[in-house]
Amino acid sequence: MRKYSAFAIAREAMRGHKGWEQQWRSPEPKASYDVIIVGAGGHGLATAYYLAKEHGITNVAVLDKGWLGGGNTGRNTTIIRSNYLYDESAGIYDHALKLWDGLSQDLNYNVMYSPRGVMMLAHNVHDVQVLKRHVHANRLNGIDNEWLTPEEAKEFCPPLNISRNARYPVVGATLQRRGGTARHDAVAWGYARGADARGVDIIQNCEVTGIRRSPEGHVLGVETSRGFIGAKKVGVVAAGHTSVLMEMAGVRMPLESYPLQALVSEPIKPIFPCVVMSNTVHAYISQSDKGELVIGAGTDQYTSYSQTGGLHIINHTLDAICEMFPIFTRMKMLRSWGGIVDVTPDRSPILAKTPVKGLYVNCGWGTGGFKATPGSGNVFAHTIARDEPHPINAPFTLERFRTGRLIDEAAAAAVAH
Amino acid sequence: MAGTYRIGNAGRLTPARTARFTFDGKHYTGLEGDTLASALLANGIHLVGRSFKYHRPRGILSAGAEEPNALVSVERDAARRTPNVRATVQELYDGLAANSQNRWPSLAFDVGAVNDLASPFFSAGFYYKTFMWPKSAWKSFYEPNIRSAAGLGVSPDQPDPDHYSSRFAHCDVLVVGGGAAGLTAAVAAAQAGASVILCDEQAEFGGALHFEKGAQIDGQDGWSWAQATAAKLAAMPNVRLLPRTTAFGYYAQNFVALTERATDHLASPDRTAPRERLWQVRAKRVVIATGAIERHMVFADNDRPGIMLASAARTYLNHYGVAVGRNVAVYTANDSAYFAAIDLKKAGVNVAAIIDVRDAPSGAAVDEARSLGIEILPGRAVVKANGKLRVSSVMVEPKTGGASRTIECDALLVSAGWTPSVHLFSQSRGKVAFDADTQRFLPGTYAQDCVSVGACAGTDGLEATIAEAIQAGSDAAGKPGKTLKITIKAQEGWTGGMLGAAPGPGTTVKAFIDFQNDVTAKDIRQAVHEGMRSIEHVKRFTTNGMATDQGKTSNMHGLAIAAETLSKPIPQVGLTTFRAPYTPVTFGAIVNHARGNLFDPTRKTPIHPWAEAHGAVFEDVGQWKRAWYFPEAGEDMHKAVDRECVTVRKAAGMFDASTLGKIEVVGPDAAKFMELLYTNPWEKLEPGRCRYGIMLREDGFIYDDGVVGRLAPDRFHVTTTTGGAPRVMNHMEDYLQTEFPHLNVWLTSITEQWAVIAVQGPNSRDIIAPLLEGIDLSDEGMPHMSVREGKICGVPTRLFRMSFTGDRGFEVNVPADYGQSVWEALWAEGRKYGACAYGTEAMHVLRAEKGYIIVGQDTDGTVTCNDAGLDWAIGKKKTDFVGIRGMKRPDLVAPGRKQLVGLLTKDPKIVLEEGAQIVADANQPVPMKMIGHVTSSYWSENCGRSIALALVAGGRDRMGQTLFVPMPKGVIEVEIGSTVFFDEKGERLNG
Amino acid sequence: MLLIRCPYCEEELPELEFRNAGEAHVVRSSHLADVSDQDFEEFFFIRTNPKGIIYERWRHIHGCARFFNAVRDTVSDKFLMTYKAGEPKPLLVSEPAKTAPAKPKAAAKPRSRKGDA
Repeated sequence: MRKYSAFAIAREAMRGHKGWEQQWRSPEPKASYDVIIVGAGGHGLATAYYLAKEHGITNVAVLDKGWLGGGNTGRNTTIIRSNYLYDESAGIYDHALKLWDGLSQDLNYNVMYSPRGVMMLAHNVHDVQVLKRHVHANRLNGIDNEWLTPEEAKEFCPPLNISRNARYPVVGATLQRRGGTARHDAVAWGYARGADARGVDIIQNCEVTGIRRSPEGHVLGVETSRGFIGAKKVGVVAAGHTSVLMEMAGVRMPLESYPLQALVSEPIKPIFPCVVMSNTVHAYISQSDKGELVIGAGTDQYTSYSQTGGLHIINHTLDAICEMFPIFTRMKMLRSWGGIVDVTPDRSPILAKTPVKGLYVNCGWGTGGFKATPGSGNVFAHTIARDEPHPINAPFTLERFRTGRLIDEAAAAAVAH
Repeated sequence: MAGTYRIGNAGRLTPARTARFTFDGKHYTGLEGDTLASALLANGIHLVGRSFKYHRPRGILSAGAEEPNALVSVERDAARRTPNVRATVQELYDGLAANSQNRWPSLAFDVGAVNDLASPFFSAGFYYKTFMWPKSAWKSFYEPNIRSAAGLGVSPDQPDPDHYSSRFAHCDVLVVGGGAAGLTAAVAAAQAGASVILCDEQAEFGGALHFEKGAQIDGQDGWSWAQATAAKLAAMPNVRLLPRTTAFGYYAQNFVALTERATDHLASPDRTAPRERLWQVRAKRVVIATGAIERHMVFADNDRPGIMLASAARTYLNHYGVAVGRNVAVYTANDSAYFAAIDLKKAGVNVAAIIDVRDAPSGAAVDEARSLGIEILPGRAVVKANGKLRVSSVMVEPKTGGASRTIECDALLVSAGWTPSVHLFSQSRGKVAFDADTQRFLPGTYAQDCVSVGACAGTDGLEATIAEAIQAGSDAAGKPGKTLKITIKAQEGWTGGMLGAAPGPGTTVKAFIDFQNDVTAKDIRQAVHEGMRSIEHVKRFTTNGMATDQGKTSNMHGLAIAAETLSKPIPQVGLTTFRAPYTPVTFGAIVNHARGNLFDPTRKTPIHPWAEAHGAVFEDVGQWKRAWYFPEAGEDMHKAVDRECVTVRKAAGMFDASTLGKIEVVGPDAAKFMELLYTNPWEKLEPGRCRYGIMLREDGFIYDDGVVGRLAPDRFHVTTTTGGAPRVMNHMEDYLQTEFPHLNVWLTSITEQWAVIAVQGPNSRDIIAPLLEGIDLSDEGMPHMSVREGKICGVPTRLFRMSFTGDRGFEVNVPADYGQSVWEALWAEGRKYGACAYGTEAMHVLRAEKGYIIVGQDTDGTVTCNDAGLDWAIGKKKTDFVGIRGMKRPDLVAPGRKQLVGLLTKDPKIVLEEGAQIVADANQPVPMKMIGHVTSSYWSENCGRSIALALVAGGRDRMGQTLFVPMPKGVIEVEIGSTVFFDEKGERLNG
Repeated sequence: MLLIRCPYCEEELPELEFRNAGEAHVVRSSHLADVSDQDFEEFFFIRTNPKGIIYERWRHIHGCARFFNAVRDTVSDKFLMTYKAGEPKPLLVSEPAKTAPAKPKAAAKPRSRKGDA
C-alpha cells in the first residue's frame, strides 16, 4: 500500500494523478476463507481490518450485496459522541471515540474526525434531570460532558434560539467537546483500503442467499449470488438486513427494521460550528465541511426495507430545526434519503456469539451506529478471533432479552441515541 | 431599451415595463417578465459566479432549474436574504438586489482563484490523502480553512419575517409539467371530466415552446397555442393550474409534494401573502411530462462564461428577446443546436460557425443553417475555449487530428443532446431502462399509477408527443371524453447526441462535467483508476452530481466516462438513484405554519387564566403549561416554594391538578379489566373507595401509576400521570380490543372533561365544606382514599379524598367549563383559612417529603415494583395481569438491583443535584463504580433540611450506611434512610 | 405518507390518522405467568421482521380508534389487504413458505423511534 501524504499528492500532481494505486482490489472470491464478514459497511470493514491488523487473521472476505459503504454508513448524519449513561454503553462508545482520535493516522486515510463538540439541549425540567444524570455519570466514568447554561450554549452555537418565548425554550445543554463528526465515506474507504492492503478480499455485488451449516450445526460457509464460499467463521454485520440473514441460519432475532431519513441543505459558508441534538423537539444538526447543513430525521413508524420514508417525517424534523434555529427557514433542502435501521428492544446493539457455532452477529445499532464504527469493529474482531467477547462487548449479548439484563439507554434516559 | 443586447423585434416581453435591479451593487435595467439571468444577459453580463472548489469564473449555462453556475444571493432586506438562488429561475422585479457568491474581494478578482492554479493538487479525493499531519492541525488549521473555502452563499442571520403556507389536495389526475405534452394531457383528462391539477415550475406554461419556434399547433405558433390552452384550462372548473410550482417529491401511493413560489417574483409582495406554499397532492393518477434537459459538451475549459446550452440561448432570444452575444459559435453533437444558430442568425446576430462532432450531419436544420450562410464544420471538435472572464475564441480541430483553427466568438452554444427528466419517475420507485440506440435512460417498469409522456419518456417529435399525451390524459381520466384532436402543422426534428467527453487533446485538461463542484472528466477517470467501480463510489469520491443542481446536466456524462474507463456498458455501471427533492426546497415551505406557538399545540388547563393573573411562573410538561410556582412580591423561586410548602402543611393549599390523565373504565367487566391492566386487586374494592394503582409494561417495569376511584360496581375513574395519559389510554385500548375482547368494557378519555382542584392541608375540609352539597365530609362519612359524587357550587363534582402531600386532602373534579369558577369560589373560602395557591414545584417537594414517587422521575422504565418498594401493590393471588411474567425474569428478581431509598446529606444545608451519582468509595480512581443516582432532591422547609430520594444498588440493605456523591467541587457525604422524611406515621392524613 | 384502508371505516385514509402497533398474530399465552423465560423472550422480544410480506397491526387512532391487521410488503410498502382484529390470518399465495406461526397479536412494545446518528 503506497502511503498517502501531501508529498504523494505533489508527486502525482506532476504526472496527472496517474500513479495512484487502486484503493482496494475487486477480487474474485476464493473457494473458502477463515472468516467471512457479511456486509461491507463501516462496521464490517472495520471488523476485517482489525482481524487482520490485531489478530493476524488475513484470510478474510467481506461480502456485500451492493457497493461497499452503501448502506447506513453512507447514509447517516455522522454524529460521534460517547456521553452515554450506562457503563456498558459508555464503555463501547468511548472505546470507539478513543479510536476515532488517531484513526486517520492509523489508516493513513483522512476520515476527517472533527471533534467540534456535540451539544444536547434541555427544554424542560425533566430534560435537565435526565441530561444532568448523564453529566454526572460521564464524569465518574472519565468521559467529558459538561453542563451549559442557555447563554453558554448560544455562545458555543450562535444560531441557537434561546428566547424564553420559544415554544420549547432552551433551559440548558450538555456539551461533549470530544464529540463531533467524521466523513462517512472516508471511514468505509479507509477501512476498506487498510483491510485490502492486509490481504482481505472485499467482494462487492455478491449477495448472500444462504448460510450453510454442518449436520452438527457448525457454520460451513455462505451461499451467494456468485456461488458457495466456504468459511470457518461467519460474522453477520448487515444492519437492517440482519433478521433476513440470521433467519438463513435459523436464528430469530429481537430486531425490527425501520426507515430512517436524513437530509442536507444547500452548501453555505460556515455558520454552524458544532453538532446540536434535541430529543424533546426531535432534531439533529451539524454543518459538513462542504457547507451543507446535515439534518437527521426520525424513523417512520412502520418496519420497512424500502429505504424511503414519508415527507411528514422530514416535515416534523424541519419544524424542529427552524424552531431552534429560526434563521434557517430560507435555507433549502438539497437532498434527502433513507436508510434501514435495525432496532433492538432496548435500543442497544448486539455484538455477540450466537447459538450457531461459528456464527457471530453485530447488529441493532438503531439510529446511532456510525459513531461506534471503530470500537464495534475492534471488539467484534476480537470476538470472532477468540471465539469469546471482549470485556467491552461482553454485556451486549443476545441472551439479555431472555434474562432481562437490558441496557436500556432510552428507557433510562428518554434520550435518543 | 432595457439592455444593449436586447433585440427589438424578438422575444415576447414587449411591451413590458422596465424593472431596475442591482447586481453586486451596480444598477441595471431589465424588463418585467425577465429572469435575473435574462436581464443580466441583456446587459451583456455573463460572469455571475465562482465555482465551488477552484473559484473559476462562471457564467450562465442554462435558462432553467438545471442551472449549476448562476447562483446568486437575493436580498430584499436584511432579514430576507436568500442564498444560492438560481438567476435563471428568479424572476426580475423592480428593485431586485442580487449579489454574486463565493468570491472575495470581487467577482472579477477573486483571491480564491489561486485554487485554480493549485488545482493539480486538488484532484478528486485529495483531502482523504492529506491533512493528517500533525494530527492536531486538522481541527485547528486544516478543517477551518477547508470549511471557509467551501460553501457557496451566506446563510441568513436573522429570523425570517416571511411566512409560508400549506395545502392538501386530491385530484383524479396530477399533471407535472406544462409543456406541450402536459398541457395536452391536462386538456384530455379535464375534458373527460376528471379533476386535474397541472403544475409547472416556470412562470408561464409552455415548457420547451419557450424556445422552440418551429412548432405550429392547431393553426397557431406553439407558444400562442400553449397560452390559449392554458387559458382554456384555467376556465374549466375541474382544473387547477399551478404555475411557478415544482413537483419535488414523489412518495408512496401517488403522494406528490409540490412547492409554489407565491410572491418571490413580486416587487412589493403583500406581506399577508405567503412567500411559498407547500402542496401535498394525492392523485389517482399522475402524468409525468417533465421534458428533457440539454447536456453541455465536455472539452477543455468548457466552463468559460459565455459558454451556454444552445436551447438556453434560444430561450433568451425567442422568449426574452436577448442575444447572448454578437458573434456566436455553436458546438454540438446533435441537430437541436442548429435551430439556435438559425434563430440567432435570423435575428441579426453573427454566427461564426457551427462545429459538429458528427461527420456528416444532415437534415432540415442543417440544410437551413447552410442556406443561411452559416459555416458548418462537421467532424470537428472544440479542443479548448479561450478567455478568462468571458469566452473570446475557441480552438477547433478535426476529430482525427490535424491543423487547429481558432474561431473568435463572444459566446459558444453547446449541445451534447438531451437527457430525459426521469427524476420523478425514478422517485416513484419506477425502474429506468437504458435505451442503447439513443443512449439514454427511459422509464422502464412502473411501480405506481403514473405514466410518463413526451420527452421525459423518450418520445421525440411534437406530433408523437401530442398523440401520446392525449392518450395518457384520457386514460388517466378513466373514461373517454370528447375526442381531443390537435393538429400539428410544423415541428422540429432532432437527432443526434453524445455522452461523455468530446474528442480532444489528452486527458490532462480541465473538461468540466459538474460545473458547480468542479468535477472534470479526468477526475472521473482517476476515481475509476483508484478502484471506484460503482457509480455511487465515483459520485461520492468526485462529488459529481452532488451540487445544488444535483447533476441534471452532468450525471450522464460522468456515467459515460466511468463506463468507458471501466470498459463496461453504461447500464452495468449503474445510475444513481434519484431522490427528492427534484430542485432544492425552502425549509420554510415544508415547515409552513408550524412555527412559534404553532410548532406544537399548547395545552392549558381551565384554571390557567387564573394562574396567569396571579403571577404564576409556568413550566412545560409535555404539551402542557403548568403553574410551577406563584411568587409574591420580592420572592425568588426558592422563597416562593418554601412559603407554599409551609403554608400547605400549616393551613392549606390549592393546586391545579387538571393535567392529570383521566380515563373512565365502564362496563360489567370493568373490574376484571382493571385486574388485568394493573398489578393491584380491584374486584373487592368497594364502590366509593379509591386505591393507588400501578400499571406495568408486559416486560415487568413500571409504566404508570395513579389513584383509581370506584364510582360504582361497573365504573372506575382512573387517573394517570400527566405525560402518560395518551399512552396509557392506547395501552388499555390495545389490550381491550385485541387481547381481552371478550370483556364487556368501554374506555373513555375524560382528561379534558374534568378540571381537578387539589385542596390539601389541615384546613382543606373547612374550605370545601361550605360549597358542597350532598356529601358527608366527616372522617367516618368520607375516609381517606374515598370518592363521592355530589355537587359543589351547584355543579356536579366527583370528590376524591386523597393526598399527594401527606396532609388531609381532597381533589375536586368538576366539569372543565366550571373549573375556573369553582376554583375562584374555593379560593375565596381558602383565603379565609390562610390557604395559598401552589405550583408543581411545591407539589414535588411535598410529595417527596412523604416519599411518594413520581413515575418518570423516581422510576425510569427500568424500575420494578420491588425496586420502588411497591411490592405491596401487587395482588398476590392474581394469576394474570400485564407484566406478571416479565417481572419474574431472572435479572428482574436478582439481588443487588437498584432500590429506592431516602438520602440525607450529612450537611443538612447541602441540596444534592438530581441525577448526581452515588459511590461507596469516594477515593477510587476514575472510572468509578457507581452504585446509584439521586432521582429527586429538594430543600424541605418543613423538615428544615435537604431531602433526597435515590435509586441505590441493594439500597434497602444499606439503611444507615454512609455513601458518597462526588461532585466537581468536592465529595458530598450522604446517609441512606427511609423514603419518608415527614410525619412518618402518616397521622396528618386525618389531621 | 401511506394510505391505509381501515377495515372498520371502510375507507382509505392517510397514515397520519394511524399508529403502527407492531407485528400481528403474536400470541399472548392464556397462562403467561407460567411460560418459560425462552417462551417469554419469543413472545415479547423476537420479531419476524420480514423483508417482504409482513402481518402487522395498526390502530386508527385518530379515527374510529380500532386496532386492525394489515398485510404489507415491506420492500414496496404496498398494502395487500387489511382486516379486522380477531379475523384469521389470511393465507396469501405470494407468501414465502417460512413465516412465523400464526399468532393473534403483538403486545404493546414501547420503542424509541427517534433518530440521531
